[in-house]
Amino acid sequence: MDSSPFGPEVAAQAQQIVARYPQSRSALLPMLHLVQSIEGHVSSVGIEFCARQLDIATAEVDAVVTFYTMYKRKPCGEHLVSVCTNTLCAVLGGDSIYAKLREYLGEDGPPAGHEETFGDPGTPGSITLEHVECLAACDLGPVIQVDYEFFDNQTVESATRLVDGLRSGDKPAPDRGAPLVGFRNAERQLAGFLDNLDADVDGPSAATETVRGAQLALDRGWTAPVMADLPLPVLPDKN
Amino acid sequence: MTESSVDPLTPVLTKRWLSPRSWRLSVYEQLEGYTALRKALGGTPEQLVQLVKDSGLRGRGGAGFPAGVKWSFMPPNEDKPHYLVINADEGEPGTCKDIPLMMADPHSLIEGCVIASYAMRSHHCFIYVRGEALHCYRRLVSAVQEAYAAGYLGTDILGSGYYLDITVHAGAGAYICGEETALLDSLEGLRGQPRLKPPFPAAAGLYAKPTTVNNVETIASVPFIVNAGSDWFRSMGREKSPGPKIFSVSGHVERPGQYEAPMGTTLRELLELSGGMKDGIPLKFWTPGGSSTPMFTAEHMDVPLDFEGAAEAGSMLGTTAVQVFNETVSVPWAVMKWTQFYEHESCGKCTPCREGTYWLAKILERMIAGQGTAEDIDTMLDICDNIFGRSFCALGDGAVSPIVSGIKYFKDEFLALCQQQDAGPAQRHELAGAR
Repeated sequence: MDSSPFGPEVAAQAQQIVARYPQSRSALLPMLHLVQSIEGHVSSVGIEFCARQLDIATAEVDAVVTFYTMYKRKPCGEHLVSVCTNTLCAVLGGDSIYAKLREYLGEDGPPAGHEETFGDPGTPGSITLEHVECLAACDLGPVIQVDYEFFDNQTVESATRLVDGLRSGDKPAPDRGAPLVGFRNAERQLAGFLDNLDADVDGPSAATETVRGAQLALDRGWTAPVMADLPLPVLPDKN
Repeated sequence: MTESSVDPLTPVLTKRWLSPRSWRLSVYEQLEGYTALRKALGGTPEQLVQLVKDSGLRGRGGAGFPAGVKWSFMPPNEDKPHYLVINADEGEPGTCKDIPLMMADPHSLIEGCVIASYAMRSHHCFIYVRGEALHCYRRLVSAVQEAYAAGYLGTDILGSGYYLDITVHAGAGAYICGEETALLDSLEGLRGQPRLKPPFPAAAGLYAKPTTVNNVETIASVPFIVNAGSDWFRSMGREKSPGPKIFSVSGHVERPGQYEAPMGTTLRELLELSGGMKDGIPLKFWTPGGSSTPMFTAEHMDVPLDFEGAAEAGSMLGTTAVQVFNETVSVPWAVMKWTQFYEHESCGKCTPCREGTYWLAKILERMIAGQGTAEDIDTMLDICDNIFGRSFCALGDGAVSPIVSGIKYFKDEFLALCQQQDAGPAQRHELAGAR
């Protein structure tokens, strides 16, 4: 299989994932992230690769792939744009943002569908649009993720600008997260291969909202009760 | 110390969040980091379990089970490997506390993991973090690497002879994996579907070995309890629900955010802290702890938000994800959106939840489209009755919460949506889902 994108180097990385776990099958989820980092989605070739690496049936891999929303069955764009449309984000504007992006990306045709890709998948400026469930950033809603980095407090206008930026090849800076490197590179990181970790880890995270309580307490001089260093409890003698 | 002398905000878990690069080990070590670990390793596992029991620390993932009691279910011997698994699969709608915690202060979780693992005689700990939380995953991986390099992880930790490995594991998008046994199946590389209990994880969990699954906020609390003792922890909050708690205030308030306050804080107090209702538009409904906890109304502003207080008022504390909605929001619409979420996230294993959430969503969609009937309300309540307590795991129970509580407090709004249809001369009895 010379044409397979899963050469010996990828197989070696797959085995590195296996080595993290007491039982090999636990490696399947991260291994599928690795597959997506190479193919931009999970194809039947990727499924066969995982099955071979773990010595399980392709049907077993397939069952897992179809269960989790982050595994994409069709080739994705350079960037994955995920709009939260769960109730709270939706009420604050998430539904409008998603509707606008569907229309905007659909141009003269029908509005974009869920997980529809614009541009040739994987080529610079191509985008896959999806709506997603709660992203656990409700104090910052409405939120959008691009390649799983956070863009907070979005509006229809800011979301449209964001998409324009992605399509023109700019890499808009996330509010929380590391600089954008594309969907495939994000997937590689989720497989545990964090090639630029020392720099990426310092990407911003403390939004105003995140530290609001801590800041208010500081401003007002409020603290938790003083911590005295007390010994561990003495247990009754078993004898 | 009496309850009244405690400040309105009690930053413990959040107290390092304002420090520059608080996620770095060097900063953590300047702020008492890993001092609790040294102290814990000087004691016995039994002492630590007793301490956590004495503190009254209850699980912060929603269920509120006493953490020390859960730990004590682990076998006292080491005939089989023991595992500690951290549930960092935060995704309950409204909940946004664990991800900021792990981003800002990952070492507090790591330190808690080492102490808890030692207390439960585990030598391998897994942190299962949801896949969409990439930056959080990064911070955890980096913190684990730093901890290994500094001797807080690996072999012979701080010269104690104790050894521990931590594996950070990224999920792949499935709310159900926040259910502890579904999480274990997922961590084993399977579809994340809940397991039948018993056996409970402490008897047969990960790889059928003794396992404890704890929430992030629970374990991150442990180093503070080790350092300052159970009485200190109990000096905040209420007798049966002690300690500080991160309240995630979101929605129609002036200053949404993370507010760490004693257990038992009320919505009225939280609104004062967060600047009140946005633009002065009055409150209509809110959730005390995520969408799976029955909604409250303006009548419940003074309910003490702890496990007992929320339950006595007819809801649950859940994850203290306080989602606030003003008068402009339609309750049936919000309920439909939440129901669509549960339909999407139902794992399909059991029939009441799989079929029930599907039909509930269809009925609500029909109702919002102006084609519902008053009879639909009874149908929904009947379906809810058949899901609640009859589904395989708590997802089904959670799914009916918004519907039942929404109808309880705002039935008129549901009826108003149906009036047009009921009054029509020729009712169309279109079957839900028949499109």
